[in-house]
Amino acid sequence: MIDLTTDYLGLTLKNPLVPSSSPLCKQLDTVLRLEDAGAAAIVLHSFYEEELIAEDAMAERFLLHAELHDGESAGFMPDHGKYESSIDQYLDHLRKVKARLSIPVIASLNGVTPSGWIDLGQEMQAAGADALELNVYHVAANPAESGDDVEARYLALLTELKQVVSVPIIMKLPPFFSSLPHFVRRLEVSGANGVSLFNRFFQPDIDLDGLEMVEQLQLSTREEALLRIRWIAILRGQTPMTLAATGGVYGHEEALKLLLAGADVVHLASCLLEHGPARLSQILEAIEAWMVEREYESLAQLKGSMCLNKLRDPSALARQSYIRVLDSFTPRPGVWR
Amino acid sequence: MTTYLNLDGNEAAARMAYLGSEVVAIYPITPSSNMGEWADEWAAQGKPNLWGVVPKIIEMQSEGGAAGALHGALTSGALGTSFTASQGLLLFIPNLYKMAGELTPFVLHVAARALATHALSIFGDHSDVMACRATGCALLASNSVQEAQDMALIAQAATLAGRIPVIHFFDGFRTSHEVAKIVAVETETVRAMIDDTLVAAHRARALSPEHPVLRGTAQNPDVFFQSRERANPFYDAFPAIVQTAMDRFGELTGRHYRLFDYVGAPDAERVIVVMGSAAETVEETVEHLVARGEKVGLVKMRLFRPLASAALLEAIPATARAIAVLDRCKEPGSEGEPLYKDVVTALAEAAADGTRSMPRVIGGRFGLASKEFTPGMVAAVFAQLAAAQPRRQFTVGIVDDVTHLSLAWDAAFRSDASRRQQHAVFWGLGADGTVSANKNSIKIVGESTGLQAQGYFVYDSKKSGAVTVSHLRFGDSSIRSSYLVEEGMAGFVACHQPVFVERYDLLAHAAPGGVFLLNTPEAADAVWAGLPAAMRAGIVAKGLKLWVIDAYKVAQDAGMGRRINTIMQTCFFAISGILPRDEAIAAIKKAVDKTYGKKSKRLADLNHRAIDVTLANLHEVPLAGLSDDGASPIFVAPAVPADAPAHVRDFTLPIYRGEGNSLPVSAMPVDGTFTTGTAKFEKRNIGLEIPVWESDLCTQCGKCVFVCPHSAIRARAFPAEAAIEAPITFKHVPAKSKDFPAGTHISYQVAPEDCTGCGDCVEACPIHDKTNISRLAVNMAPLAPLREAERDNFDFFLKLPDFDRSLLKHGTIPGAMLLDPLFEFSGACAGCGETPYIRLATQLFGDRMLVANATGCSSIYGANLPSTPYTVNGAGRGPAWSNSLFEDNAEFGLGMRLASDQLMSYAMQLTQEMAAEIGGDLAEALVGADQRQEAGIRAQRERVAALLQKLAASRHPRAKELASLAEWLVRRSVWIIGGDGWAYDIGYGGLDHILALSYDVNILVLDTEVYSNTGGQTSKATPLGAVAKFSAGGKTTAKKDLARIASDYGHVYVATVAYGAKDVHTLKAFHEAESHAGPSLIVAYSPCIAHGVDMLYNQRQQDMAVKTGHWPLFRYDPRVEEAGGNPFRLDSAPPTQSIKAFMDSETRFAMLARSHPDAAERLVAQAQKDADRRYKGYQEIAAAHAPAAPKES
Repeated sequence: MIDLTTDYLGLTLKNPLVPSSSPLCKQLDTVLRLEDAGAAAIVLHSFYEEELIAEDAMAERFLLHAELHDGESAGFMPDHGKYESSIDQYLDHLRKVKARLSIPVIASLNGVTPSGWIDLGQEMQAAGADALELNVYHVAANPAESGDDVEARYLALLTELKQVVSVPIIMKLPPFFSSLPHFVRRLEVSGANGVSLFNRFFQPDIDLDGLEMVEQLQLSTREEALLRIRWIAILRGQTPMTLAATGGVYGHEEALKLLLAGADVVHLASCLLEHGPARLSQILEAIEAWMVEREYESLAQLKGSMCLNKLRDPSALARQSYIRVLDSFTPRPGVWR
Repeated sequence: MTTYLNLDGNEAAARMAYLGSEVVAIYPITPSSNMGEWADEWAAQGKPNLWGVVPKIIEMQSEGGAAGALHGALTSGALGTSFTASQGLLLFIPNLYKMAGELTPFVLHVAARALATHALSIFGDHSDVMACRATGCALLASNSVQEAQDMALIAQAATLAGRIPVIHFFDGFRTSHEVAKIVAVETETVRAMIDDTLVAAHRARALSPEHPVLRGTAQNPDVFFQSRERANPFYDAFPAIVQTAMDRFGELTGRHYRLFDYVGAPDAERVIVVMGSAAETVEETVEHLVARGEKVGLVKMRLFRPLASAALLEAIPATARAIAVLDRCKEPGSEGEPLYKDVVTALAEAAADGTRSMPRVIGGRFGLASKEFTPGMVAAVFAQLAAAQPRRQFTVGIVDDVTHLSLAWDAAFRSDASRRQQHAVFWGLGADGTVSANKNSIKIVGESTGLQAQGYFVYDSKKSGAVTVSHLRFGDSSIRSSYLVEEGMAGFVACHQPVFVERYDLLAHAAPGGVFLLNTPEAADAVWAGLPAAMRAGIVAKGLKLWVIDAYKVAQDAGMGRRINTIMQTCFFAISGILPRDEAIAAIKKAVDKTYGKKSKRLADLNHRAIDVTLANLHEVPLAGLSDDGASPIFVAPAVPADAPAHVRDFTLPIYRGEGNSLPVSAMPVDGTFTTGTAKFEKRNIGLEIPVWESDLCTQCGKCVFVCPHSAIRARAFPAEAAIEAPITFKHVPAKSKDFPAGTHISYQVAPEDCTGCGDCVEACPIHDKTNISRLAVNMAPLAPLREAERDNFDFFLKLPDFDRSLLKHGTIPGAMLLDPLFEFSGACAGCGETPYIRLATQLFGDRMLVANATGCSSIYGANLPSTPYTVNGAGRGPAWSNSLFEDNAEFGLGMRLASDQLMSYAMQLTQEMAAEIGGDLAEALVGADQRQEAGIRAQRERVAALLQKLAASRHPRAKELASLAEWLVRRSVWIIGGDGWAYDIGYGGLDHILALSYDVNILVLDTEVYSNTGGQTSKATPLGAVAKFSAGGKTTAKKDLARIASDYGHVYVATVAYGAKDVHTLKAFHEAESHAGPSLIVAYSPCIAHGVDMLYNQRQQDMAVKTGHWPLFRYDPRVEEAGGNPFRLDSAPPTQSIKAFMDSETRFAMLARSHPDAAERLVAQAQKDADRRYKGYQEIAAAHAPAAPKES
């Protein structure tokens, strides 16, 4: 029996496969099925503070203060006291999931205001979250905001939250940092317990008929795993923090590669959405089979064995490799000649 | 322990009604709707009745339906109740006779309201309950919010004991909507008042197959009369039963009532007898006059039916020499109103019996439709009683310069009670939260102090930019002032909207030395100079303290957007001195927590922060050294437009300014008939931004005009030379279409002072600047800098010569939108989804339209005085409009058709008879004219003109007769317009009947999928999964497919339309419907603010509704079948998005996920199935007829 245990934010997980924040985590039933399929922990769907703000605006305008009319009506929606804020519903769900699951449950929080992070983070801890994932979703579009400002924003949020919660915090980051290792070190110094690489920004698209920006949910692709492999490999060995890989894992191959690069856990979302919970056990079995075939005894042996520090040729992870790949590219006949 | 409640009369009555009921059958009608809503809310919360069971609340299709359901429930053993008013009560009447005839105990709670006569009114008087006095029901009046609660319980106890059904009533709005601090009746008291043996007796009388009986027989002359007399003992006994219940209630609560309560001097010589809230004002005035040694008194009539004459006589002091009986109703043609006549009868009988001498009795009408009734008026009535020859019949509260019945009164009279109280007046907008903040303040004062509190809220009838004036009173003893805060009495006046300073006389209510709080963007040191001169003078003259706050900035900074209610409430407590400041702030915060509770901690926190920063931003303006410039403190109303006709200047505009109360009787038309086209004089300037036309980009597509709910953006074609003297900023460009004569120019012009700033035109604009996608052919810009220039431009635009309609392509959007609208600037909500359909109909057919309009939003914004958005064209023609009732609109419209057809036939008959006189060709052409299309109508109008010329010169004995009928030779386009509440529910029977006939009527159903006007109650048009009042858990059944049902007749033209999805389709449907020579039904999707979505997105929502299959588009045209084709044409493509996408986008669906998450998921799935099923059904019908080649005609 291979020892697949891994350390994640100080929690010992039975294996490295952790379903991440996705709509699957919204239903108790699907969460239970994921646990049955072998999930080592669950990151609940992200609670978006932006959504809460929009919902509050809706509630206030149409429910709480719907004075939109004349003397005949003071509002249109019935208020029977059953209306619950989505944060209450989230916390309720968290409590239920926590009560039913034996694996750790991580709450995921996406905030836009400092107060939002602090309040919601505390409430999530109180509701039983074993750890908090801060899904920082900031698109730096303001020319007055420097790279340092952007980093400072993350650090401030982390520092403030660390002061009020005791559970571990993992920062889910985008890939858009000038020097990711430097920034990760700053996070570590500020008290982060791990980083999760990388969150995926929703990419607005242009509708050519209506000439307007449209939003659509795009599932990740296998190719996206490559970006994670590189950066996890670079970071492993340079930080003692938990490294979680998220995005692009469809099968055991990507999972293994990420683990080899140094990930402590591998998150699954798109593949589970597409193929159901069975995919998790299939990946787990395939990982195990691969390790058996190569006579690994434990995940600990494998984890990070191909990180930057351990590569014979570290330049494989640096820029030159791109040039070599490009050089080696041979177009199809008839394309150029 | 005494529990105090701060609530309104509706809630007070509903609390008692709920506890004593098992079945509650309801239907919304103002001002009683809230009682049903409370019952529904409590049931949804699982609140039990007295017996631990949650009552069944059932919304019916009309009050007639509610009455029937209630009758059935009662006769089958349940305890039941209902709530209604006005026309609703009239619909109850047939069943009231039945229920009383069968001695069925129950209480009907009525917020008494005026009946529609020459006009509809939503306001309070006793016309409705007086119409029920022969039904056999007892009539029990409550005079205050406290009594609305107490009498509701007394009535319930009495009806069970005496088996006579009771109509328990209180004054609509004045009591139903007044918020007051009352002593609660505890559940134990209710328990002690309701005798379960009587409940068991009621159940024992229930229809049951276990011990069957027969009820509701038909009887013949032999026994009917005797049967009718058989119940007499029950009526004889009932007054004593009510008194017993009152006595028992007194024992339990300490509040003692009599059938007729007397207050005043024991040896009063002059006495007023009155029922309802006015009794409170009279009592307050009697107290004042008695304190000055006057021998006056009041009899409060509580039980009006059955009338206990002996008790009444007992209540009137023997010393009374002169009695005035005041009726809050009018019985035209009678020599006195009902209460007066009953009192006279009782006294006359006593005099005839020799048991007392006959005093002088006079009768007066007052307070119709919530007309103010003040202590000054009461004093005038007492003064009249002291006259040597008092008027036997009089009115009070108006100036009657026609029949001279009215009493003069001293407007400056103030009672002692009024002088003891603290008064506050707040001016706000319907949407700014002023009213809810004030209700909250009353609760705070009521709950945290021993003070009594009262709040009454006056709204105007606009649905956009509605002005609210809140009248608050606080006092040490109970507040009996059932009238508005009087001028010069308010120690605190607040103006929550800066624009009001120019529009209204805000200082009229202010007491000398009082506080005036102004929300203004101006800084404290700059505000004085910006105030109108009269206001500055008024502040100085009254020695007011002026405080200012920029509440919108504070709100914005605190993250509250534009919500200023909490901020202004904080200001009120900070400077009014009603409560110690810290105590008040703590109480406001507590109230905030209660409001937001579980709903949003975040919002609660934001409000807390706003409260904290408010005080730092509230400043007193030091008035020392500031001058009033010697101006007059008399309020100067905005200037009257120079072109206003006399009736507008003398009637319409004073009403706009809030001076309607001072208009005398002679200013009124005798029969409620008014000139149209007055909305254009209102110039409300409520849009913060208005559209600006970019003539260089515009393709002249007309879409902005098509979607405008207020006809505030217009297009016109004209010869270029007509614009030679145009204002310099007037934009016009050559017409792009080749269809116009050379040299034709086109202008798209906004009416800057009439636009509500909804932005729908910008949303509809399909044209982008190719280099900057956000610049469209119309873009919103702030009103202020544009107002003056655009006002001149719009004036010029209106004076452009009329373009020949026959040169315009009415079947295209660009062409049709160059037709002048004859419906403009209504008071509908900004972004209203209904009004574009009405405007479209008037553009196409307005000069020949007769409109029958069902009661509802469309009748309110269509004809709530003084606004009349229906208007006329250059020839003086336009829609002629009327509203009959809510329930009979289809029949009303049919009547218009019948009259038109009948008079046309008569005119044709005369034409034929006089053919020789008129000229054979003209006569033949007049009779045989094809008038289906506009060209034919135009030709007929010319023939009619020729006919009239000939008739003028004719000596034929019937020439005058034909001349008077000639206008009927032109075909009229009859439009029957109403909402879904009418078409799907209360008026469906009539609508169905009209559809089943073959008459040429056009029925336009403005389907908002909910009762919009009365506040969002469920109708049968409400879609599955939507949350509405009475469907708090989401509607579980599908929407009725009215269009498909109608199309089953085969001869009816039917179309479902949604202009925001397919405007051309809508245009086509209107043309097809109007030209169809039989009944036509257009079911028009009308987004409404009740859907819980910003009306900026009106068109987007329509588009989504169609694309997701929520609102499939189809047309059914019987003419196509006659031509051999498939009359059913499915006009929308198969859904491309899930119904969930649509449901997620509107609060009415989305909030279900917050309140009932499991049901939400289930209903979304069900809604998808239903949408799929409906679309598939349509596809099958569309495919059912093999397309046949159209017959050659």
